Amino acid sequence: MIELANRDQTDTIVRFDGVGLRYGRAPETLQDLSFELKAGSFHFLTGPSGAGKSSLLKLIYLAHRPSRGRIELFGQDIGRAKRKDLPFLRRRIGVVFQEMHLLEHLTAFDNVALPMRLAGQKPATYRTDIAELLQWVGLGTKMHAMPETLSGGERQRLAIARAVVARPEIILADEPTGNLDHEMGQRILKLFNELNRLGTTVLIASHDLDLVASSGRPAFNIESGRLTSPYMDATEDDPADDLGLVASGEPEFIYRRPLTLSEEDRLEDEGP
Amino acid sequence: MSMAFNPARWKPAALLPHEEAHDGALVFVVAVLCFLACATAIFAISADRAAQGWANQLQGSATVIIRTKGSESPDMAASRAAEALAGTPGVAQALVLERAKAEALLEPWLGKDGIIKDLPVPRLVTVELDPSAPASAKALDNALRAAGVDGTVDDHSLWMQDIIHAGQIARIAAVSLFALMALAAASVIAFATRAGLSARHDVVEIMHLTGATDGFIANLFQARFAAMAALAGLLGGGAAALLAAGIRLVGGGYGLIPVLPIGWLDLLVAVPSPLIAGLVAAIAARVTALGLIRAMP
Repeated sequence: MIELANRDQTDTIVRFDGVGLRYGRAPETLQDLSFELKAGSFHFLTGPSGAGKSSLLKLIYLAHRPSRGRIELFGQDIGRAKRKDLPFLRRRIGVVFQEMHLLEHLTAFDNVALPMRLAGQKPATYRTDIAELLQWVGLGTKMHAMPETLSGGERQRLAIARAVVARPEIILADEPTGNLDHEMGQRILKLFNELNRLGTTVLIASHDLDLVASSGRPAFNIESGRLTSPYMDATEDDPADDLGLVASGEPEFIYRRPLTLSEEDRLEDEGP
Repeated sequence: MSMAFNPARWKPAALLPHEEAHDGALVFVVAVLCFLACATAIFAISADRAAQGWANQLQGSATVIIRTKGSESPDMAASRAAEALAGTPGVAQALVLERAKAEALLEPWLGKDGIIKDLPVPRLVTVELDPSAPASAKALDNALRAAGVDGTVDDHSLWMQDIIHAGQIARIAAVSLFALMALAAASVIAFATRAGLSARHDVVEIMHLTGATDGFIANLFQARFAAMAALAGLLGGGAAALLAAGIRLVGGGYGLIPVLPIGWLDLLVAVPSPLIAGLVAAIAARVTALGLIRAMP
């Protein structure tokens, strides 16, 4: 079993054991996947298009059930989990979908508020935080905008804001920088780094090997549905330090105390 | 617009998008079904009332056909029969039907000029029964025997059975039609829910993957379709009530159609229409939505 863990990480957030995934009667898309993601780890998932990166993420965020094998999330065997428990597991996972999956009939603000609403929280407890988060991702002037009026980069940042707003325990991002230029990609990476510093486990599927290399984070590769050995292992040095991030005590919420990132790191508004 | 956005005044938007054209068509179809259901119910109540009225009329009276014996004149026999019957417990009044009235009863069959003077037209005694404790046909027969009058008591039981039977058929037909309308409405709503879920599969999927429970998503569809059906029920029920009121006004106390005497209180049948339509829609939408959502992992 490949253990994908940074140092000082003990709790297993995700465990795959001999997992296979088959769509219908087609050959298996994923085969014999066995690995673990420790709490607080940060990994990239690389591989060519069609290798199975998105399918692997879908298994973790419970969009699909495996055809065989065993998956544990937060120490719970999802094969034995009751259906009524699955939504509560999903709320512990933040997902940046490859297609973003924004709700086109809702404003940017309402899109980001979705996880909080589904968790049954009262608007008064989170609307200020959402406004702050949207400011932080550079959508401060677009809070009331409909997604169709946003640019590709803005939509991407909106999707990321929705994924992180509820401070999930693990963030899964499928090509989150796919619609962003290099600079914006780096800034988004800083956001994930900061969330990881606060204890959030991060798994990013990306084919952008430059981004992966510049992150200094460990990556593992998937090809033809099979997991290969990590091509880059965990580094001793915290790569976040290389990005100029300085921990200053754990904030209560990333969106309430986002300024562990400097003001210059704020994402600037883009034109539509 | 976005510059003026104030998060403190933000109110969560509806999670399900509105589809005006689709929703409008559904409201129209369900409204028509509700109209038909309410109209059926109102007319069924009227038919039932008419049947009940006829039954009461028949139950409250009896007719005695008098046959003469020996040299006694028909009028004399009829008078003695009326006297005997009037004294029977359970009889309020017994009257001899005059020959002219008896002949009038035969006119539809024999014509005005068809009745010859010497035709032995049977003499009839109409008996009005005490509604609180009506005398039985057997008691009337015994009274005639005791008075030595030969006669046949017709307590209308033959007609009564037909009337009661007709009333039952009307009731069953009305209930069946009403159930059919409710089922049709439920089917339409189930179909619309399925179409709505299919059209908005992306929204449902995002909510599902973001941690919405099956019940939460089903509640959204349930509330949406219940509200639409309640509106349709209001429109359809209101239209049926207006139609019935129109018939009542145009036709006077007995309604436009004499066999369907509509009362003002009958219009109250339409009052629960929005509630029932909403309830049927809520159940249909919930069952359909849950079935479809549970097909997701």
